[in-house]
Amino acid sequence: MQRFSAFALIRQALNGQKGWDRQWRDPEPKPAYDAIIVGGGAHGLGTAYYLAREHGIRNVAVLEKGWIGGGNTGRNTTIIRSNYLFDESAALYDHALKLWERMSQDLNYNVMFSQRGVLMLAHNVHDEQVFKRHVHSNRLNGVDNEWLSAAEAKAFCPPLNIAPGMRYPVLGAALQRRAGTARHDAVAWGYARAADALGVDIIQNCEVTGIDRDAAGKVTGVQTSRGAIRTNRLGIVAAGNTSVLMAMAGQRMPLESYPLQALVSEPVKPIVPCVIMSNTIHAYISQSDKGELVIGAGTDAYISYSQRGAMHISAHTLEAICELFPMFRRMRMLRNWGGIVDVTPDRSPIIAKTEVSGLYVNCGWGTGGFKATPGSAHLFAWTLAKDEPHRINAPFNLGRFQSGRLIDEAAAAAVAH
Amino acid sequence: MLLITCPFCGQRPEIEFAYGGEAHIARAADPRATSDEAWTEYLYVRGNARGLHAERWRHIRGCGRFFNALRDTVTDHFVATYKMGEARPDRTEGKQP
Repeated sequence: MQRFSAFALIRQALNGQKGWDRQWRDPEPKPAYDAIIVGGGAHGLGTAYYLAREHGIRNVAVLEKGWIGGGNTGRNTTIIRSNYLFDESAALYDHALKLWERMSQDLNYNVMFSQRGVLMLAHNVHDEQVFKRHVHSNRLNGVDNEWLSAAEAKAFCPPLNIAPGMRYPVLGAALQRRAGTARHDAVAWGYARAADALGVDIIQNCEVTGIDRDAAGKVTGVQTSRGAIRTNRLGIVAAGNTSVLMAMAGQRMPLESYPLQALVSEPVKPIVPCVIMSNTIHAYISQSDKGELVIGAGTDAYISYSQRGAMHISAHTLEAICELFPMFRRMRMLRNWGGIVDVTPDRSPIIAKTEVSGLYVNCGWGTGGFKATPGSAHLFAWTLAKDEPHRINAPFNLGRFQSGRLIDEAAAAAVAH
Repeated sequence: MLLITCPFCGQRPEIEFAYGGEAHIARAADPRATSDEAWTEYLYVRGNARGLHAERWRHIRGCGRFFNALRDTVTDHFVATYKMGEARPDRTEGKQP
């Protein structure tokens, strides 16, 4: 792997930028692998990377039906935070946040991780009580989160309007300073490049059409649009299409797939210094380094695989943004798109072994999977390599829907879903 | 925005309707005799079909009544709508009546 550094940049500049190699290979699939990951998003690519780096399993393929990072990895609003209510979730998301903090160094790839802070606005007494409960719960779990008065929130985020006469006045806000954003595409590319350098085959335009099992039910391989490939260790990391893939192994899942929309505006000079979320007015906003306002809110109402959503849902999101920041009323939106998110009944993910020997699943990230990318990948690689869950992902199993030990984060989402 | 045919009122815009989840999921007749596996299936497990999906809708800002629909979840195209209690139409594709 050609390492990136200031020195390499200067040398290539003198060379007319002609000496850069391609960042990962484009291999033909081999007949068999020690492990196969289905899904070439950042969670899947990261899983392959950690399998190779931490567990020495390097004969690994990542199968992607389209191009890597083209699904929800490239469609989210890039927000990273770990201020979740319950102990299990705080441990999971903070594990991810700690990995984010050193990801660029680990991968030798600038993922533009920016800890600019996530501000969650309280507009009524209920919001204030809920956020203060979150702050206390987070601090008990060693996760930074603090309560700001309206004036302190305004000092942290100057464009905020805290006038008491507003229709939804800002009474205060919870702030996680370690939270922030990252460049989503770079996360997929960085993992792909690092995994490829360790020997992982990244196979694009390769759709899985069937899962092969022996007489005892054990996984023996997959059928794909580029031929059959053998393996006895299969990890499904397919977000919205998880139910479809798991059905190939006869497994029905506690999942529903919904479109989640996002928008970006025309680029403007820096105005929004952090991520701002409002559950009550129902939207969230940040500004990319290119200057675009990145805007999102809740999912569409009905299940769909169409990767687009209804216009009235995004119109509702923009109404909320204009309520919160009247100065953005004349901004024009450049792009609007949808991604298909797989939602579990308790809004917490599943990172687990399944009933089928050799079949593992990492799904159910719903509307908030991007923030968990390195943690999810790291723990799923552990589960695949050791055939048992890590302490952190043990509660995120499939059995909880039968035992009733749900991790109900539905109320903790930044916006209602 | 989608146009949805309410079996009682005819074609109306999507914003008049509320989605009600997968259709034809029956609650166990005898809850106490129902196994944990069957409860899990009833409460949490869903078909999540990629393709034709039978689902409940309610014309909440219209007649207020529930009905079922058959929709293609890849195209969001409604293939059929039918009244509660009627069997799922035997359709694989086609235009809404």
